[in-house]
Amino acid sequence: MKLNSGAKVGSGEIQPTFAHRISTVLYSKPKLRLRLLLAAPVTWLGLVYIAALLALLITAFYTVDSFTGDLKPGFALDNFISLFTDSLYRAVTFRTIGIAFGVTVVDVLLALPIAFFMAKIASPKLRGVLVISILMPLWASYLVKAYAWRSVLSNVGVFAWLLRPLGLDTPGYSLLGAGITLGYLWLPYVILPIYSSLEKVPNNLLEASSDLGAKTWGTIRRIVFPLILPGIVAGSIFAFSLTLGDYITINIVGGANQMLGNLVYTNVGVANNLPMAAAIALVPVVIMFGYLTAVRKTGALDNL
Amino acid sequence: MRISRSAKVILASFTSLILTVIYLPLAIVFLNSFNSSVNMDWPPTSFTLIWWHKAFASSGLIDALATSLLVAVCSTMVALVLGTLLAMALSRYKFFGKNSVSLMIILPIALPGIVTGIALNNAFRTMLGFQLGLITVILAHATFCIVTVYNNALARLNRLGKNMEEASADLGAGIFTTFRLVTLPQLVSALVAGGLLAFGLSFDEIIVTTFTAGGGVQTLPIWILDNMFRPGKAPIVNVVAVFMVVVSVIPIYFAQKLTAKESKS
Repeated sequence: MKLNSGAKVGSGEIQPTFAHRISTVLYSKPKLRLRLLLAAPVTWLGLVYIAALLALLITAFYTVDSFTGDLKPGFALDNFISLFTDSLYRAVTFRTIGIAFGVTVVDVLLALPIAFFMAKIASPKLRGVLVISILMPLWASYLVKAYAWRSVLSNVGVFAWLLRPLGLDTPGYSLLGAGITLGYLWLPYVILPIYSSLEKVPNNLLEASSDLGAKTWGTIRRIVFPLILPGIVAGSIFAFSLTLGDYITINIVGGANQMLGNLVYTNVGVANNLPMAAAIALVPVVIMFGYLTAVRKTGALDNL
Repeated sequence: MRISRSAKVILASFTSLILTVIYLPLAIVFLNSFNSSVNMDWPPTSFTLIWWHKAFASSGLIDALATSLLVAVCSTMVALVLGTLLAMALSRYKFFGKNSVSLMIILPIALPGIVTGIALNNAFRTMLGFQLGLITVILAHATFCIVTVYNNALARLNRLGKNMEEASADLGAGIFTTFRLVTLPQLVSALVAGGLLAFGLSFDEIIVTTFTAGGGVQTLPIWILDNMFRPGKAPIVNVVAVFMVVVSVIPIYFAQKLTAKESKS
C-alpha cells in the first residue's frame, strides 16, 4: 500500500485555495457530495434512458396516420389488438417463445453435466483451464459466432460434409439451424452460473449424504439440485431473454423465418410504424418481467 | 456421494466434446479465411492469402475499423467517468432510491438489445432532436458500458472499505486529495479491468448500434452484416471475423488476468 505520497497533505500550512474551500464545504455536507456524485450518471440514465423506455411504452398506445405516416398520440389499444389477433404476429410470438424455451431447456441439459464435471470432478488446475476455455468464446463477437455457424450449416459446409456420408443432411438455414446457433451462443452464459452455484456446494455435504445411505442419484436429486436451482434459473434467464430479443441470428442462419425482433425491426424501418414496433418490443419485456418475478423467490437474481 | 469411474470418464468426454463444439465454428472461420474457394467449400482443397490482402486493401473496411475503435474508446471513457461516480455513490452512501439506481444501471444490458435500441433511437430523434450519427452511437454504447465499469469499481470499493479514506481525512486531506492519493490509486486496476470489458462490449455490439448509427456511420460489425450476404465478399468477412475475435478477446483476457490477480492477493 503506497501512502507515503499523501503525507505532506497533513502539514496544515497550505493556503486555502478555491479547491480547498470547495473541499471543506463538501466535507461537511455529505448529502451535497452524494448529489454531485449522482448528478451526471442519474441525469443520463434516468432522464434519457429511463425516459426513453417510458416514452416507448407510451408510444405503443399511439397510432400512425395511414396517409401521412405521422404519429397520432392518444390511448389506442389497436396495436395490442393486432398483436393478439393478427395471425402473423401471433404465429411469430409463439414461435419466438417456443424457440426461446427449447434453447433454454437444451442449454440447461447440456450445461448441467459440464458444470458438474468442472466443479466436482476436475482437479483445481484443470478447473481453472476449463473456466477460462468456457469464458473466452463468450467474449468473441456474437455476430462472428452467428456468422461462423452460417458457414458450418451451409450446403457446402462442415455439417453437410460430416452428415451426408451418414445419409443425413445439414439442417441448413432453417428454424432448427437458428435454434442450434442460438443454443451455441448462450451455452457459456448457462454453464457459468450453474458452475458457480455447484462450486459452492460443500463436498462434505455430499459425503454426509452418502454416509447416511443415500445413493448417488438420490444425493443429486435431494441435496445438489435444490442447492443449485438458483444457478440453473440464473442461467435460464440469460438463455431465455437473449433468445427473445434476437433478430440477427435468425437473419443469418434462419432462412426466411422471422422472430419478434424481426417484426420490431421492419416496423421501425421499412413500415415506419414506431407504435407497432414499440408494442411488439414490449412482448419480450413483459415476458421477462413475468419470468423474473416468478423466479425471484429462488434467489436466482443474486446470482446474475 | 461416490461417482463411479465410468461416470467420471463419461462426464469428462462429454465436457471435451462440448468444448470442441464451442471452438470448432471459430476454428472453421479461421481456416476459411485462407480457403481459396469463394463459396468456402468444405474441406478446403487449397489455401490462399488473397482474402487477407483484399481485406487490408479495402478502404471501407479500414474506415469501419477506425470508426469502431473511436466509438469503443470514447464510450469506454464516458462509461469510466459515470461508472466510477455511481460506484462511489452506491458504495459510500445510503440513500433513498438506492435499489432503483442500481436497477437502472443494469437495465440497459438486462433488457433485450432491440428494446434499448429502439428506445434510444426514439429518444435521440424525437425527444432530444439529435441527428443520428457518431455521437449518438457513442452515447448509446456508453449507456450499456457503464455497468461493467460500475461492477468492477463497486466490488473494489466495497472490499477496500472506508478505513483508508477516513484515515486520510483525519490526517487533514480534503476530499479531492483523498480521492487522488488514496482512493484512485487503489481503484485503478479495477477501472482498467472494467474499461477493457467495456471496450470489448462496445467493439462487438451490433443491435443497439444498428438503431442509433443512422446511415452515415459504419462500425465493423455493421460492415460485416452488410457484406455477409454478398457472394463475393463472404471470404473477406472471414478475415474480419478472425480479426474481430482477436481484437475483442485480447483486452478481455487482460481484464480477466487483472481481476484474477487482484482476488488472489
